[in-house]
Amino acid sequence: MKYVDEFRNFKIARDIAGAISSHARGLGGVNFMEVCGTHTMAVERFGIRRMLPRDINLISGPGCPVCVTPKDYIDRAIGLAGIKDVTVASFGDMLKVPGSDSTLAQERGKGKVRVVYSVLDAMDFAAKNPDKKIVFLGIGFETTVPTVAASMELARKRKIRNFFVYSGHKVMPPAMDLLARDKRINIQGFLCPAHVSAVIGTGPYAGISKKYKIPCVISGFEPLDILQSILMLVKQLKSGRSEVENQYARVVRRSGNRKALALMSRVFSEGDSEWRGMGIIPKSGLSVNKAYSDLDAGKVFRLPRVITRPDKGCVCGEVLKGIKTPRDCRLFGKSCTPENPRGACMVSGEGACAAYYRYRK
Amino acid sequence: MKKITLSHGSGGRLTHELIRELFLKNFGNPSLDKLGDSAFIDMAGKKLAYTTDSFVVRPIFFPGGDIGRLAVSGTVNDLCVSGARPRYLSCAMIVEEGFGYDELRKITVSIKSACEQAGVDVVTGDFKVVEKGGADKIFINTSGVGEVYKNADLSMDRIRPGDKIILSGTAGDHAASILLAREDLKFRARIFSDCAPLNGLVSSVMCRGIKFMRDPTRGGLATTLNEISAALGRDIFIEEASIPVRSSVRALCEILGFDPLYMANEGKVVAIVSPESAMGVLNKMKKHPLGRSCGIIGEVTGDKGGGVYMKTRIGGARILDMLTGEQLPRIC
Repeated sequence: MKYVDEFRNFKIARDIAGAISSHARGLGGVNFMEVCGTHTMAVERFGIRRMLPRDINLISGPGCPVCVTPKDYIDRAIGLAGIKDVTVASFGDMLKVPGSDSTLAQERGKGKVRVVYSVLDAMDFAAKNPDKKIVFLGIGFETTVPTVAASMELARKRKIRNFFVYSGHKVMPPAMDLLARDKRINIQGFLCPAHVSAVIGTGPYAGISKKYKIPCVISGFEPLDILQSILMLVKQLKSGRSEVENQYARVVRRSGNRKALALMSRVFSEGDSEWRGMGIIPKSGLSVNKAYSDLDAGKVFRLPRVITRPDKGCVCGEVLKGIKTPRDCRLFGKSCTPENPRGACMVSGEGACAAYYRYRK
Repeated sequence: MKKITLSHGSGGRLTHELIRELFLKNFGNPSLDKLGDSAFIDMAGKKLAYTTDSFVVRPIFFPGGDIGRLAVSGTVNDLCVSGARPRYLSCAMIVEEGFGYDELRKITVSIKSACEQAGVDVVTGDFKVVEKGGADKIFINTSGVGEVYKNADLSMDRIRPGDKIILSGTAGDHAASILLAREDLKFRARIFSDCAPLNGLVSSVMCRGIKFMRDPTRGGLATTLNEISAALGRDIFIEEASIPVRSSVRALCEILGFDPLYMANEGKVVAIVSPESAMGVLNKMKKHPLGRSCGIIGEVTGDKGGGVYMKTRIGGARILDMLTGEQLPRIC
């Protein structure tokens, strides 16, 4: 397959892995965090850990949108599905995330939850079913936000009045800042997300690399991208640099995607937001602007009051921060499995626990 | 309250648990307990294989087949991989009120042509209509009886370390075709289901060197290999680079975050073959139209663990676990 196979070349992978080993000599143990869930998945799926020297420890970061969505968001989404005429439309991975008492998957049995592949599918479904009110669950980082914003502008243009968005959107740099500050994690290098960076550009990481002296490399998602980015991090450490480098230059521009950024700021504004297990992070969430409040499910519907119960024994928060590995959790693989997830990291295929469970056990 | 979810029917771990907890506990008997693709029964001195399967596919017509062709192939293939020559089928249909007469005719004609291809006859059947909403258009159940081949000696007990694992063709075609047809994804490529009766292919390669066969349907190749390794109590080692996957299927999977190794096939067979017979089986298989892209994808190892391990395309290694729940499209 063109543009994919080239980035999975066996010989080049072996060569880069060899270069990493020789450059890492003398560095001692180092912690690199791959921020994005798609990186975590690729690392596990291609068995990349086994190609690295033991001294390089890859920590899975909080970049799985499903995993960081707080429980009360799920509880409210389930509540929304309970309102007359409302159908909740969501990406598939959200369905199994446990709320306090139920999951969206269980509610799907009642016909009030619909899986969609894109936000436009949800909008089209609304257009075809004017008697229903379609609430799209807006989950995801800067990668998905522009498409959701675009659909809201489009819905207005097409005068679709039964399409709404319940925003749980988040932005990545504030969370990375929080993690960089945490001495317990001791991150010595960030593999920065690929597609988030395609939207926001390289600028937002400059502060992190400067303030905390942590090298940052924006990395593509293919195995050779990841290996090369690890090599770039190792070389920065070796030469005492801490800069933002862009390995994924075939997609990511320095200034990002200006059109997408403008679209985002027309529809959403930054605000404080709760991340599952990490608490409230200032300016890390996106809420719908006043100008679009007629499309904002949070404003249009009386959101059900929910009493959210904390997860007992679940250490997703620490796993998301990289302080603990899934294996440190006493629920992991016992009462928490992909069939019956207790914590969000086990739900999404990109969650650290699910990736561990599936590929390493 | 515990409820049945779609994951219970996905062929993965939850399905297996449910079968054990409900069906084996209540129906358990020596034929059923083996949980083979077919049951073996001795009748009038003849060894017969007997199996059944229900078909609830949506959409009912898809590129490369339809629910009728699938209903014949599915049951025929379960008999084939049990080492039997399929002979007789039953066919029962449950149709929703309001279903098109012409569509039903089309499905019936398709059943007829699949039966001709497989050399089987529908010898008994049933037809029911339920109220609108009582079923999704049409459900079909078929069961089949076949005679066990004289030169077949299929038994897991004969599998030894070093035995080769042969896959008869590309992985994931059927599920990819259904996914494209079902979700109306705007893909320019057409992906055809591999849905086909396998009796021709299987009879052309059947020999004593073949120790075990299974058709990797629901849950795909990965699930089938896990079932085999768990039952054997031995590890299986495969190489990603040697598993044929159509580029269109791979592209679709890359975009949606699916893994073709977990996607259903309806015209493929996995065979475990002694090292001495492997090349012979492979050569014969390649000559059959349904086996052209077959290959050896791995082998049974001497390690006792019951897991499936895969050398990845780039030279890493990982566990290939059983499918857990449904594969769901991801967010980003």
